[in-house]
This record gives sequence, C-alpha cells and structure tokens, in this order.
Amino acid sequence: MKKILLLLLAAPLVLSMNTTQVASIPSIMLKDLDGNSVDTGKLSNDGKPILICFWATWCSPCKKELNVYAEQYADWQEETGVKIYAVTIDDQRSVNSVKPYVNSVAWDFDILLDVNKTFSQAMGVVSPPHTFLIDGSGNVIWQHVGYNAGDEEEVHEQLLKLKH
Amino acid sequence: MKNSLLISFFSLFVFAAAIAQESPGSSGENSAPKGQLHGNFQVLFQQYSPDSLIGAQVPDAEAALNSFGNFTYNYGNLTAGVRFESYHNAILGFPNRFKGSGIGSRYVRYNNDGLDITVGNFYEQFGTGMALRTYWEPNLGIDNALDGVRIIYRPYQGISLKGVYGQQRLDFDSKIINTEGLVRGGDAEIFMNELIPKLADKDLKVTLGGSFVSKYQAGTTVERDSNIFTLPNNVGATGARLGLIYKNLQFTGEYVTKINDPNADNNYIYKNGQGIFTNLTYSQKGLGITLNAKYVDNMAFRSDRDALLFDAPINFLPAITRQHTYNLAATLYPYATVLNGECGVSGEIFYMFKKDSPLGGKYGTYLSLNAAAVNSLDTSHVGGREELINGYQTNSFFFGKTKYVRDVNLEIRKKISKEWSLTYVHYYFEFNTLVTPVTQDFKGLVYTHIDVADIQYKFRPKHAIRMELQSLMTDQDKGNWVTGLLEYTFSPHWSVAVIDQYNYGNVDEDKRVHYLYGNVGYSKGANRFMIGYGKRRAGIFCIGGVCRAVPASNGIEINITSSF
Repeated sequence: MKKILLLLLAAPLVLSMNTTQVASIPSIMLKDLDGNSVDTGKLSNDGKPILICFWATWCSPCKKELNVYAEQYADWQEETGVKIYAVTIDDQRSVNSVKPYVNSVAWDFDILLDVNKTFSQAMGVVSPPHTFLIDGSGNVIWQHVGYNAGDEEEVHEQLLKLKH
Repeated sequence: MKNSLLISFFSLFVFAAAIAQESPGSSGENSAPKGQLHGNFQVLFQQYSPDSLIGAQVPDAEAALNSFGNFTYNYGNLTAGVRFESYHNAILGFPNRFKGSGIGSRYVRYNNDGLDITVGNFYEQFGTGMALRTYWEPNLGIDNALDGVRIIYRPYQGISLKGVYGQQRLDFDSKIINTEGLVRGGDAEIFMNELIPKLADKDLKVTLGGSFVSKYQAGTTVERDSNIFTLPNNVGATGARLGLIYKNLQFTGEYVTKINDPNADNNYIYKNGQGIFTNLTYSQKGLGITLNAKYVDNMAFRSDRDALLFDAPINFLPAITRQHTYNLAATLYPYATVLNGECGVSGEIFYMFKKDSPLGGKYGTYLSLNAAAVNSLDTSHVGGREELINGYQTNSFFFGKTKYVRDVNLEIRKKISKEWSLTYVHYYFEFNTLVTPVTQDFKGLVYTHIDVADIQYKFRPKHAIRMELQSLMTDQDKGNWVTGLLEYTFSPHWSVAVIDQYNYGNVDEDKRVHYLYGNVGYSKGANRFMIGYGKRRAGIFCIGGVCRAVPASNGIEINITSSF
C-alpha cells in the first residue's frame, strides 16, 4: 500500500516534467442561460484573451467583483478584445435566480451554469470568487482568488501584458 | 482489493500518459495532446482555548487540522483524479468520525465522441437533484460521492443519457468508507431545439427529462406493536421534468415519486414519497422576477435506511428560502428543508433604477425584494395499524397549519461616488425552532428584524475601508445582537479585518458577551493565506443549499488554499 501511495505521490511530479507549464481548460459539458450545451474545453475567443470568473448569487465579493468588471468591460474589450465567462456555482437552491439577477444588473458576460461544481472542481477552485485569465492559445496564464476593491486594476494590468 | 485495483489502474494511466508525452512526435504528429495538471490544496488549522463564558469546546488535542490535495490530470480524452485527505483530528463542526490520512477520492475518466465513462468516485446530478445528487463540499465536510461506474452518452446533439452504478461514500478513516447499499440510476434529457435543427431558432425552447434511481440494501424484518414488518431490499424513485423558455419567460418543473422506503427519517413507514418543484422567471434588462413553489412529502432518500442528518443522502432537497450572506441573518436562523414534509412558496424581484433617473442617480440603484413562506403539509392522523404502516394521510398539495418559516428581505445597493458605495438590507423572519432546531435556548416561533448597513470607502485605487453594522432585534431566543465589522483591503494582496458580535439583549446577563475576532489575509495569484484569532460564536454555516452547525470556539485559525 505504501508503495502505491508513493507511486501516486510521485506521479504528478513525473508528469509535471513533461506537462506544459501552463494548463488548459478541462472539457466539461455545461448549460448556458438558454439551455444550450457548452463544452468548456472548446471555449474560444478568436485568439484573444478570456477571463473565466467563478461566482454565485450568495457570494457578495463575487457580485462586487463582477459588477466592477461589468463597468470596465466595454473598455477592456476595446483595448484587448477580452471575453468574460461568468460561471455560476449556484446549486439548485439558487440557480433559478441567476438569470433574473444577471439580467437585472445587465451583465454582458457569457453566463454558464455549473450546478454541481463539476467544472469549478476540474479547474481547482476551492471557493469563489476565483478568476482565471486564458491566453489566445487556451492556456491558463494567471489566476486570482478572492476579491478586494481595486483588484480589477491587476486584472487590467494582466490583460495589457497579454496585448504586448 | 477494489481500492488497490483502482489505484493501480490510476497509476498505470498516469505513467502511460507520461511515457506517451515523452515522444509526442514519434507518430509524426506535432499536434499530440498536451498533458494538463490541475488541482488545489487546502490546509485548515484551528487551535482551541477553553472559554466557559461562550461555551467553547476544546478537544483533547486542543487543536485540529483538516487538509486535502486534489490532482486532476488530463491527457487527450483521458482524465485521472485523486484526492488526498487528512484529519488530525477533524475541525469541530465536521463529522468527528473523519480521521487519519489517505485517499478520499480517485477516478479515471474517458471521454470521446459523445461517450463519457468514469470509473471510481464521481459526482452527478439528475435534474434538480430530487432523485439523485452526489457532490463534494469540503468546507462543510460533505462528500456523498458514488464509487463505481458512470456512463454518459450523447448519441446526438441535444440528447444526453446517463447511467450510474455504485456504492456511496459515508465516512473517512484513512480511506474511503462506503455504505453497504448500492445505488443504481439512469437519466435521459432531450433538448428539442438542439435535437431538431428546424427548432434551433424558434423562440420556444423545450427540454424534457426523466430519471429513475434505485437503491439496494439487504432487507430484514422488524417487530413493532406485535406486527412483523419486512424492510424492502430495493427502493426506487422516479422523476420527470420539463423546461420551457419563451423569450423573456422561463419555466422549470420536476416531479419525483419514491416508493416503499421505510427509513430512520420517516420512522420506518411505507408511505410513498413525492416531491414537486416549479419555477417561473421573467427577466429583461434591468428587471428580474422569479417565483418558486416546492412540495416535499416523505422524500428523505439515503443509501443506508438507518442513516440521518448529513449521512449518505442520495437526493438533494435545498431550502426554498434565500441563502443570506450577512453574518447575523446567515448564521443564527438559516432555514433547511424538512425532509419528511413541507410546502413552500417564494418570490424575488430584482430591479435596477437606471442611471441618471431620479432614483438611479449617477450610477444607478439596485433593489431586490425577496419573500418566502413554508408550512407543514396538509395531513390527517390515521391511527391504528394504518399509522404503523403509512404514518399519516396527505390531504392536498396546499399549506398545512404549522408555520415553519417566513422570510422577507429587502436589499438596496447604491454607488454614491467613485469613492463611496452603500448596501442596506432589512430582513424579517418568523422562524420555527421546533421544526428547525438551530438553538437550544428557545423552542417555538422566533420573530426577528435584522438591519444591515455595508459601507465601502475606496480612498485610493487599490485601498479601501469597508464597514458593516448589523442589528438583530428579537424578544425570543438569545435576544438582541449587534455586529460591527471593520475591514481594510490593500489590493491585490492584503486584507485586515476585525469583527465584534455582542449579544447585548440576552436575558441572562452573564451571556452578554463580546465575540471579538480579527484576521489578516494575504493573496497572491492562486495562493491565499489567512490567520485569525479570537472568539467565534456557535452558529450555522451554510454554503449553497447546505448548512452545518459549528460550535463556539476561541483560539487561532489558519487557512491556506492554493490552486494550480
């Protein structure tokens, strides 16, 4: 048993030698707000960056973060062409409030429903908010956990780095 | 033996993938898939000091440590995952049976051309979860994963077929401990507008679904009041659901029935269970409305008929009330579904007053109004042998006489200037602590008003101060509370917060205690460190639709999370 455990512990290290240093997006089937199936492994933005933001209607910092991003979104899109996917991990208790909430605050993001946290767990999310920046080749190049007022400045800086 | 086989299989896969990666060009293909490693860690340490004033519990070891590490490796169509867990011993509030270090989850998954097969531990949800939902919530110590096989097949665009078969995780003692029962289930869902190309652009979008879940647990016989009862080997639940979207309107509905399931929750009666959930929403830019109705009658469904509380649930029945976020409203009187039976309705309106309108001002004003009411079922006493067998008679799908909860809340959020923003929330609860026993100090209906003001002052682009003032007023239970929070954040790395909760209205003057707690947080990228010290009062901690009681404590807390 100990050998097996050692083997398992060593496996990721061995793999990391061969694995690209940046991870890509796992393939999980989610639904959008219109009921369409979306394969997260195929999220794309014509070679431009993508932000994936995990949030929930019961998470105050998440809503603050995305409300701030919503204010900046048009400028960010103009500068960098970024596309935001706001992936909610609301479970059945609150998932039916997602669409009315999103429409009421007029977020212009693409919303995906991760009702059983399959995608968030595949991405290594522990608690929301958790933001991933994906480059034009589909690689995760930066991520951030939590939200403090002003964090959008760093997101903007990271987006501009990709531009250059 | 089964564990060893699975682990060996996992090891074989990851090493095979590693070898394959060493020579990506050996087949002459430069587009060989890249390996991807995702995962996360969490270490949660709590030191406990005695504090008889707040009734703080101190385990023998005076400290506890929960930790886990997830590794998920993807290579082309193959995925393998393993989670190591460690409890030395479990943090208070988690199941105290969790102990030791070992593997808490492991699986391999193959996904290609519409076929998706998982062997090992997996999480799945059928429809709204009333028939089946397995999930992992590490911050609450909940993991009811199935351990077996899952097959998902999508033969055509718009059709999804699922089958699951396995045992269910119950416990952790240096390894996974499953219940004895077997869970088998199938689910089919058709999204008509994806299946039929002609319907793709129609305004009306239709989703149909159905599921069947069966549990096997060796039956036995029991004697009650000189009657011999046979506990069934197999129990089944069947569900049907419908989803409609038409322009700005959306409807979701599911009906699930369960037969022949005497268990510890329902006092071993044989009455059929049934659950109904419906939701109707309307939304347009600036406005959202949602209405819900829920009916649950004898719907506790577990892979072990003798299990209770958080153990081995096959299905998921979340509360219809809103999950609150501010401390006093969220942790003193949170409502949870009464699995044996309840009838509830709720509604919510979200509205944004436009910018430059009289009530919107320069930045707009956000308002939400939410209300929920839940009562007992409309039932009759039956008596005699019939009561032993079926317990009670259900008369209608409407409210019974006993009030379980009333929850009305209004939230107003306003950005006043670039520097200042304000959120105000008012809550009114009527909460039956006989039905949802969140307190030992009062049995009956608690009537309470809660006010919250959350003020943020962002005085420099990356520097902000936030203050929360909360007041809870009630003549019942522990009486009035007030909470103050002061937080300073220096983006993107630092946060410092101090919170004081004061139970100034407790009729017992000795219990008019200040719960003072402070913490410092540091975040960099996907790493987050938090150290806190002070008194935490007993309360109910909720994430999503699930809540767990956490006892009072006094001491140091360290929380480290990392993702990669």
